[in-house]
Amino acid sequence: MMNSTPAPTRELAPARPTWHIVLVRPETMTFLLLLFGLVGASFLSPFFLDAGYILRSFTLTAEMSIVALVLTMVVISGEIDLSPAANMALSACIFAWVQDAGVPLPIAVIVGLLAGLAMGALNAFMSIRMQLPSIIVTIGTLIFFRGLAQVIAGDRSIRVPDSFIGINNVMIAGIPLPVVIFVLVAILLGLVLGTTAVGRQIYQIGTNQQAALHAGINAKKIKVGLFLVLGLVSAAAGIMAASRLGSVRYDLVLGGELQMVLMAMLGGTYIFGGRGTILGTFLAAWLLVIVSTGMTVANLLPAIQLTVLGILLIVAIIATNFIYARTQR
Amino acid sequence: MTLVRSILLRREAGIVVMIFAFCLAVGLYKPHFLTVQSLRIILLLVPLIMIGAMAQMLVLVARHVDLSIGSILGFSAMVVGLMYREFPDIYWLVGFPVAILTGAFLGLGNGLLVTIFRLPSIIVTLGTLSLYRGLTFIISDARQINRSVIPTELKAMSRTSPIFDIPWIILIAFGVALMTYVVARHTQLGRQIYALGSNPEAAPLRGIDVAKVTLVVFTLAGALSGLAGILYASRWGFVNPSNTGAGFEFQVIAAVVIGGVSINGGVGTVSGTVLGVLLLGCVSAALPLLGIPGSTQNAIYGAVILIALLIDRSVRQRGVTSLSRAAS
Amino acid sequence: MKREPSMLVEARGISKQFGGVEVLSDVDLDLHAGEIHALLGENGAGKSTFAKILAGVHRPTRGTLKLNGSKVDVTNPIAAQKLGIALIHQEPISFPDLSIAENIVMGRQGGGLLSRVPWAKIIADARQYLDMLGVSLDVTLPMRGLSIANQQMVEIARSLASDSKLIIMDEPTAPLTPREVDTLFNIARRLREEGRTIIFISHRLEEVRMLCDRVTIFRDGAHISTQKIDDISDEDIIKLMIGRTLKKFMRKHVAEIGDIAMEVSELSRPGAFEDVSFTLRRGEIIGLGGLVGAGRTDVARALFGVEPAISGHIRINGVDAMIHTPTDAIDLGLAFVPEDRAGHGIFATLSVEHNLTAAVPGKIAPSGFISRSLEREISRKAVDDLSIRLASLRQPIAELSGGNQQKAILARWLLTEPDILILDEPTRGIDIGVKAEFYDMIGDLAEQGRAILLISSELPELLSLCDRILVMSEGRITAEIPREEATQENIMQAAVPRKGVAA
Repeated sequence: MMNSTPAPTRELAPARPTWHIVLVRPETMTFLLLLFGLVGASFLSPFFLDAGYILRSFTLTAEMSIVALVLTMVVISGEIDLSPAANMALSACIFAWVQDAGVPLPIAVIVGLLAGLAMGALNAFMSIRMQLPSIIVTIGTLIFFRGLAQVIAGDRSIRVPDSFIGINNVMIAGIPLPVVIFVLVAILLGLVLGTTAVGRQIYQIGTNQQAALHAGINAKKIKVGLFLVLGLVSAAAGIMAASRLGSVRYDLVLGGELQMVLMAMLGGTYIFGGRGTILGTFLAAWLLVIVSTGMTVANLLPAIQLTVLGILLIVAIIATNFIYARTQR
Repeated sequence: MTLVRSILLRREAGIVVMIFAFCLAVGLYKPHFLTVQSLRIILLLVPLIMIGAMAQMLVLVARHVDLSIGSILGFSAMVVGLMYREFPDIYWLVGFPVAILTGAFLGLGNGLLVTIFRLPSIIVTLGTLSLYRGLTFIISDARQINRSVIPTELKAMSRTSPIFDIPWIILIAFGVALMTYVVARHTQLGRQIYALGSNPEAAPLRGIDVAKVTLVVFTLAGALSGLAGILYASRWGFVNPSNTGAGFEFQVIAAVVIGGVSINGGVGTVSGTVLGVLLLGCVSAALPLLGIPGSTQNAIYGAVILIALLIDRSVRQRGVTSLSRAAS
Repeated sequence: MKREPSMLVEARGISKQFGGVEVLSDVDLDLHAGEIHALLGENGAGKSTFAKILAGVHRPTRGTLKLNGSKVDVTNPIAAQKLGIALIHQEPISFPDLSIAENIVMGRQGGGLLSRVPWAKIIADARQYLDMLGVSLDVTLPMRGLSIANQQMVEIARSLASDSKLIIMDEPTAPLTPREVDTLFNIARRLREEGRTIIFISHRLEEVRMLCDRVTIFRDGAHISTQKIDDISDEDIIKLMIGRTLKKFMRKHVAEIGDIAMEVSELSRPGAFEDVSFTLRRGEIIGLGGLVGAGRTDVARALFGVEPAISGHIRINGVDAMIHTPTDAIDLGLAFVPEDRAGHGIFATLSVEHNLTAAVPGKIAPSGFISRSLEREISRKAVDDLSIRLASLRQPIAELSGGNQQKAILARWLLTEPDILILDEPTRGIDIGVKAEFYDMIGDLAEQGRAILLISSELPELLSLCDRILVMSEGRITAEIPREEATQENIMQAAVPRKGVAA
């Protein structure tokens, strides 16, 4: 006798016009904010008319932005990971420590990447195999990874060899290498998510995991894969940060999980899964750079930036939830 | 027989055994560890975590989580520190209501965001973690409140004692634990918090005002974090905008999950939480004696949280299978 | 022989609509004080909806309720509780981490948030109420781990604690063992002696006959008949439950029945279904009838690998099949249209197109990359074939009507070119016009040589479409009826559990 409530019969709803569909996309909001920010900032300081200045500023957060792109896919699939910033720190520490101990550089890089992969595997094991909520699991692993980094590095900073320093000074057609990598990763992941069968399935899993299961989609396998990729990319990002900074400390990108989640949310990724795009996160990453350099140029305390980031995160979630609630639930 | 069994099966018994085993093992290696003086060291390490753990316990039992309590601690401590700096003549005890109210206000902010916009508390408090920390920098102009500013009487609370040579600050922490016990166990509020976390869908059917209880829980957690804030000023004699309370939420979550509070809500006791805090305190006190650098502490906390999650899962699964066996 | 009993509840003209569909229309019902009153009816007849209206879970669209002669408005479950109306759910609602005693009193205590919890009184009261029921449980233990039977006892104790005059039991005996049923019945009789009224919703006629004084039969959302139980025979009850004249719908052609497509032997998953065996041939439509909860959906889920069986064999096209996941099933040529369309079928916020092609990633993305034109072409054809009404392929599927959503799910599976289709209540909640289209489609599919297992609670649907009808009751197949011999009566006879309780 349960579930005997018949579904409401509804009149055929008219298709929404294209302009409407485009306009209510959260990415549109992000894009408009980005334009607005750029115009506002250029009034604030002529620096902003200098593309080189913005690109150089972007290198400071390029590593986190790359990770945020993968994180976006994880969130769309209905999971979350708060540990990638700690993963970056630990992978970087392991990399620096190993090469400091005399291991050749390429092998040290591989060791660092494998460490990141292992961290992703731990998250996948706890969240998918053990079916614990990823949001709590990754708080645990966030503390654990950061703690291990502290064990390895202690309070000192480990230097990386001079030959490895300066990824941010390598220019390709006048664009810093980290930015080039970010753009390439964004294009690659955008293609995967937007044009492949697997990408399609990630949305389906995040929208309704039960329906996905009934349609023969292997949700567990895909989610495990996403956690592994996120682990690996976080490690790569950590090693890039080591190259940019020239030395590694355990508090590398401390608190970076906030910024990564913020980039995804600000780009319109839905916290409960099923919606979001790589383009949105891509735009949000630029928006954040404009906002934070804008504040730096305006001589605002870094602390105020922290406040602004916190407010932005909350507002972004409220706004995307609002938009999605209006366009179906 | 069944009584003994049920006592042995309780989470608290497990932690007590772990505390004894750990202390004994350390004591065999360093007999110095098993003295009254080291007990004092342990107890002085835990008051702030104890108070924070009570706050987090209530939040977790209601099936939420509060990541911002470290930032609330920092902000409240800073507000009090600024008050002492700007009004040096003010009576020192005024700091307590100020800190508690400040914390309660920030906690209420979390609660409102969670209830009005129906957002997951973990993301909201990740945002306010950063927001409140930023505000701390802003109100302090990024400058530290120095020892000279903190009233002597306040600092003395961490050393002087009214009774049995136990410093005030420890008494306050245990007082908070006792009060939390009374609220959790003997008031309608407490039982409604447990009911809400145990079955959120059923709660409104049983006349529980979900929004009200949620708001009260976050406000209470904020108030306790505010209290921890002024005690921080007492214990360490300074308030720093970036360090004070940073990472506090992680220590607290570690203590609470060791103490058997379930992340799925509805489960958790004050006694378990107190024991969890004490176990962490023992570990922290033993590390320097054993020559293990203090930097390992966070890794241990993280590992402990993960292990506690796995243990809770297996306990829960056993509960489910015994239930289905009973049904069939 | 007695004087006219006093009236506890007088319901007049109670109607309820869900989203424009009337599930309860103008129900009048009187309940005497101190009687046990059975509510009977087919699935979806409106019994539970009526019970939920009494208990304040739903509010009626029209109609009035009188309690003890005065008009009442049961706005929510708390109000019902205050009025002395309690609903005992089949799977009781509880707070598993709270003590049994607290579960008995929760929601009854007044006072502000900071008022004290009177533990001694709560525990003493809880003991007293359980004693009244003759149940011995340690009331300080948490609810978690209690058997369903004991959870029901706690709910009944709860209704005593709020001194309920009307206690509604919605299929309470389904999850109980015969002994537990005995205990429950003794308690129910004792409550009756105290002058309380009990509404007993059940499918088990035997139980109704043992326990109840009067019986009311619902059909299609309407009150059909109320009689003393001694004045009516089982056969008459079943006749009244079915009642409706067969709407004439006949398959245009009966397909030619071919080779065995699927052979199921001794399939079991304890607690859900036992010893299920049948064969299904190409071109054949087998109906799976029975009441909700008889295990039909569980069998379907097991066949499709969603929740595999524990023991037994499945042979597909004469070869032993291992089906552990839906992917295995799809590879073997199975398709499954689930009963719970919103929960297990559609991706509500995704476009119709994405919904249609969800099970065939290989077809739209032969190289791994999705070909938009291929996807468009495939979806367009699927929409045309099943004449799905929509404004645009890019429309979120949730914007379509229920019938068109269901067509889209069927279309999704037809794209996999399945040999065997399992359809679980495919026409539930669909308007008449689209239903007829579905019947034509199902007939056509059989004619194409596909084997079809049709789960349905609508007897006319089974009778008009199926070549053979299997009836399940309480996890077992209780009858296999060929098309020629099938009637509403003999299906219902097999579906209603007969045994189970020792007198």
